[in-house]
Amino acid sequence: MTAHDSKGPAHALPQTLPRFSATFDPHTLSEIRRAAATGIYDIRGGGTKRKLPHFDDLLFLGASMSRYPLEGYREKCGTEVVLGNRFAKKPIYLKTPVTIAGMSFGALSAQAKEALGRGASIVGTSTTTGDGGMTPEERGQSQTLVYQYLPSRYGMNPVDLRKADAIEVVIGQGAKPGGGGMLLGQKISDRVAAMRNLPKGIDQRSACRHPDWTGPDDLEIKIQELREITDWEKPIYVKVGACRPYYDIALAVKAGADVVVLDGMQGGTAATQEVFIEQVGIPILSAIRPAVQALQDLGMHRKVQLIVSGGIRTGADVAKALALGADAVAIGTAALVALGDNDPHWQAEYEALGTTAGAYDDWHEGRDPAGITTQDPELAARLDPVKAGRRLANYLSVMTLEAQTIARACGKSHLHNLEPEDLVALTVEAAAMAGVPLAGTQWIPGKTGGY
Amino acid sequence: MLASMLCVMTDRGPDSAGFAVYGAGAKDKVKLSLRAAAGYDFSALAAGLSIPADGLPPLAVRSTHAIIEVPAAREADVRAFLAARHPEVAVVGTGARMEIFKEVGLPATVADTFGLAKMSGTHGIGHTRMATESAVTTAGAHPFSTGADQCLVHNGSLSNHNQLRRQLKREGITFETENDSEVAAGYLTWRLKQGATLGEALEAGLKDLDGFYTFVVGTENGFGVLRDPVACKPAVMAETDQYVAFGSEYRALVDLPGIEKARVFEPEPATVYFWERAQ
Amino acid sequence: MNAFSPDITFDLATSPLRDLNEALHKTSGESNARRWRVLNPEGRHAVAVGIDAPVTVEIDGNVGYYCAGMNQNASVIIHGNAGQGVAENMMSGFVRVCGDASQSAGATGHGGLLVVDGNASARCGISMKGIDIVVKGSIGHMSAFMGQSGSLIVFGDAGEALGDSLYEAKLFVRGTVKSLGADCIAKELRDEHKALLAQKLEAAGVAPGSVDLSEFKRYGSARKLYNFHVDNADAY
Repeated sequence: MTAHDSKGPAHALPQTLPRFSATFDPHTLSEIRRAAATGIYDIRGGGTKRKLPHFDDLLFLGASMSRYPLEGYREKCGTEVVLGNRFAKKPIYLKTPVTIAGMSFGALSAQAKEALGRGASIVGTSTTTGDGGMTPEERGQSQTLVYQYLPSRYGMNPVDLRKADAIEVVIGQGAKPGGGGMLLGQKISDRVAAMRNLPKGIDQRSACRHPDWTGPDDLEIKIQELREITDWEKPIYVKVGACRPYYDIALAVKAGADVVVLDGMQGGTAATQEVFIEQVGIPILSAIRPAVQALQDLGMHRKVQLIVSGGIRTGADVAKALALGADAVAIGTAALVALGDNDPHWQAEYEALGTTAGAYDDWHEGRDPAGITTQDPELAARLDPVKAGRRLANYLSVMTLEAQTIARACGKSHLHNLEPEDLVALTVEAAAMAGVPLAGTQWIPGKTGGY
Repeated sequence: MLASMLCVMTDRGPDSAGFAVYGAGAKDKVKLSLRAAAGYDFSALAAGLSIPADGLPPLAVRSTHAIIEVPAAREADVRAFLAARHPEVAVVGTGARMEIFKEVGLPATVADTFGLAKMSGTHGIGHTRMATESAVTTAGAHPFSTGADQCLVHNGSLSNHNQLRRQLKREGITFETENDSEVAAGYLTWRLKQGATLGEALEAGLKDLDGFYTFVVGTENGFGVLRDPVACKPAVMAETDQYVAFGSEYRALVDLPGIEKARVFEPEPATVYFWERAQ
Repeated sequence: MNAFSPDITFDLATSPLRDLNEALHKTSGESNARRWRVLNPEGRHAVAVGIDAPVTVEIDGNVGYYCAGMNQNASVIIHGNAGQGVAENMMSGFVRVCGDASQSAGATGHGGLLVVDGNASARCGISMKGIDIVVKGSIGHMSAFMGQSGSLIVFGDAGEALGDSLYEAKLFVRGTVKSLGADCIAKELRDEHKALLAQKLEAAGVAPGSVDLSEFKRYGSARKLYNFHVDNADAY
């Protein structure tokens, strides 16, 4: 169908540009091809990568005329937090409300675990074990160590239980609420295998439910047992992935928790199905208010402390989480980045693995150039626990200072005096999820004015 | 006995408690278990039910509940009258012998409120609730009535109850709460209306109810037990020559007479059990 | 039980459980109080948990959940039935249930010996990690699920899905097995296994020769789920 002017030369017709489908975008296409070639779902580490309503969609209302700010370097703005003073004889005292989330030895190298302990201890906060037990390096370098009690009970023993400063009963995590664990054979080294009592090199599966209790009424009895074993000294945390936070937090409180840990879907994992990471759970922004509501309805807000996690990156995120009602936050992915995860320094090696610095998420394969998510002795030796710990400490200090900066600007002499009324939202979604008004309006979607 | 069993289970279920007691029944009469707000004037309600031939129907008020006994032939009329004239009153159960009482609060308080310790009967079912997703309300307290002289209590959490509730509503079953256990009760009611025996209804439930559950259903002459196929939620039975008892843990049974000599066992998963009194 | 003369008798009808456990935690190898008797447990939970001393604790009656949980070195003898999770996560020592045991007996146990004279219900030995369990009666469904190591010896029958997703735990059942779980298969009972059985039964106090070892069948992991393969996807 060539049309041309009888008087002039034929012109080529304008061509439309190749157009990719928004539904079948290049990543989706690559995933279909990968699934067709391998017959197994994609497994990766980290948290969700999709764009979600997040703390970025909230802003603080600083003081000006109607409120008076505090002077930056002179007037005190407290950051300390007490965790677990409901039933435990020995509650946890932290200098900053930014804690380190549970990450296992196995998922991480011993050096990385040690670095987490060092960094946390420098700034006076806690770190947490993971699915696989407690290492001497980690215990030795952690001033305050929370010992996770998981369905698999890998590495669980009463000796370490007594060495711990608190016990965290893990029911779920934000990356995969309702799912079990997975550690692929590449990372089951001799030491990991011995700690978990597994044959070396196999794919380790972890159960999704605890082996000896199911449901909140049984959990109450399990918590009683843990208290009896430790003579009622240690705070008992209960950790859940964010899905139905109002009910789950209320039930954790009824079951007798001292502290509840709520992990949003941005929270990372050592390894799980991509479909789980991206499709199950809710963003932390949307989970905090219902959780706080549950605590308030039970008269337990600030009595049972709430730690939130999942995508916390900055002091502003910390301040926002606290303003929405949390008592403390936990960081995982951000802490790994501070240690050196995905650092451009290793760009050439990331490229050799078919990825790039900043996008590397094949943590389950154990070939991390940065020596963090690996059990390979040579790679792990790249991470200097002392230097990496220092970087983490610096980062934690910055987060704390940033949170204080915001709190002072809002006229607060303690981070815990931040409140939802100090916040507005930039988007309708964030306004609805966080229960704060759209900036410049009185409007909280779903509510008829007021708070 | 039931009262002490409930009190021992307070830790497991501090939110509400309830029980069904199977006492004496009168020929051709039916008992309606009614629930209303505190201080409700049940006698005024009963006066409205008076018919010249029979006089006032027998009425026993216990706190927020009342048992009213009417001729079995008039049950439908009475229910229609209550629905039309007294929407503030809920009929929580009916039957020749069954009486249901339930309220929010600690089990000991609830048992005291209704004077459970002084009640007598051939058998009874009690429940203490730790509410999961639905509200802590009296309507959400167990037992739930499933039909004449039948009720259900549940431990666990169903995962497909919303879908099932919608189906059952289309079939004409009514629900008062968002409670999953009420759906299980409604499901049994529906199956029974379809002509199934209680055993058949429970068997069918194994296929249609998803999630985790241990059910106990009370019948006029005994009770039945069903656990889901996964059977994570605990259940323990005690049998002696004198009685059969069920508890979600042994601790509930410790005050029973002769318990140390009873045959104590756990019901199998996905198996319907019945214990019936010889007639 | 009559021959047992305790150094300390503790009545749970009159003294709080917390005091019992605290006192047990304070005992050590040097302590003179080696023999304890606990009266009126009445189904209480977490009785004699977290002990780490070579003491003997005899409990007169039925216990609730998690009796002797995380036990180390102690001998705990329950003259009655045990609720859920008896001897859960035991590290070492000896626990005996003279009656029946409820669900998840010996769950995640790392070591030591659990003997159940009666039956054990569902999930006996779930995620076992080195514990030896001898059940003289029968066991319920999903027993030894994800069993990693140790041995489970059953004189009676086993319920459905025995040894589902099994790792290296060794299972021996004398009676019938209702069904085997994913990746669990029957294996040949060789002399070395008979020797192992003889050794465990002796430790459990079973008189030598009173049980014919050749009547047991051995079950173990087919090891097909050790590394994911798409053809086994149904088993996950």
